[in-house]
Amino acid sequence: MKLSELTSKIEGKVITGHSLLENEVEYAFASDLMSDVLTVDKEDILLITGLNNLQTIRTAEMADIRFIIFARNKKVNCDIKELAEENNIAVIECPWSVFKTSGVIYQLGIKPLF
Amino acid sequence: MHLKYKIQGGNFSKAGFASSEVKKILRQLSIDPKTIKRLVVALYEGEVNIVAHAYNGLITVDIDTEKVTVTLKDNGPGIPDIDKAMEQGYSTASAAVREMGFGAGMGLPNMKKNTDEMTIKSVVNEGTEVIFINYI
Repeated sequence: MKLSELTSKIEGKVITGHSLLENEVEYAFASDLMSDVLTVDKEDILLITGLNNLQTIRTAEMADIRFIIFARNKKVNCDIKELAEENNIAVIECPWSVFKTSGVIYQLGIKPLF
Repeated sequence: MHLKYKIQGGNFSKAGFASSEVKKILRQLSIDPKTIKRLVVALYEGEVNIVAHAYNGLITVDIDTEKVTVTLKDNGPGIPDIDKAMEQGYSTASAAVREMGFGAGMGLPNMKKNTDEMTIKSVVNEGTEVIFINYI
């Protein structure tokens, strides 16, 4: 599914990475623990998290993750936005809990990693 | 190619800067993306460890035609029991570190997983030196 379509289904708001909206999303992973995210072997996955700090973006950068949804209505500050833009990472804010966001995304056919 | 980065303990806003710089350089050298990812994930885990646990540290990266050698040396409390630190789930990290999404006792094991060779030397109340090599 295209990131743009997925974003509209979860009532998301695109903060950065408008140029990535036509990219296809196939796999997703939900975690607030960046150590777990760093063990993921697959690239170009969608990360669903409630942890909104700079290390989330740094982790995505190192792990070759290009799409992040900040759930639980977490807001992105200027530093996070700047670092995401610099690394060409799409950041989307979502008002729902991680559980609901993940559930809806799963129902849309996005696959889990394991 | 020889690269050097000073790391400040406790400064989470800068954590990952060195790893990010190294990643950009490795990309310019047209190294396979999967090889780059393994290396920078290990490097980033190591950089976060210095920020989380040490007072300050130095990362050096040597790149030649067949391998990348990374040395992470810090002045800090050291690791009293390296075998225990290598166990998944064992952590001495502070609440502040956990709030950043780390400190779950996964850093060193994940570094080991993402490196071809890795050695750790540590002296309590002095510091720790981690050296790893990844073949490119």
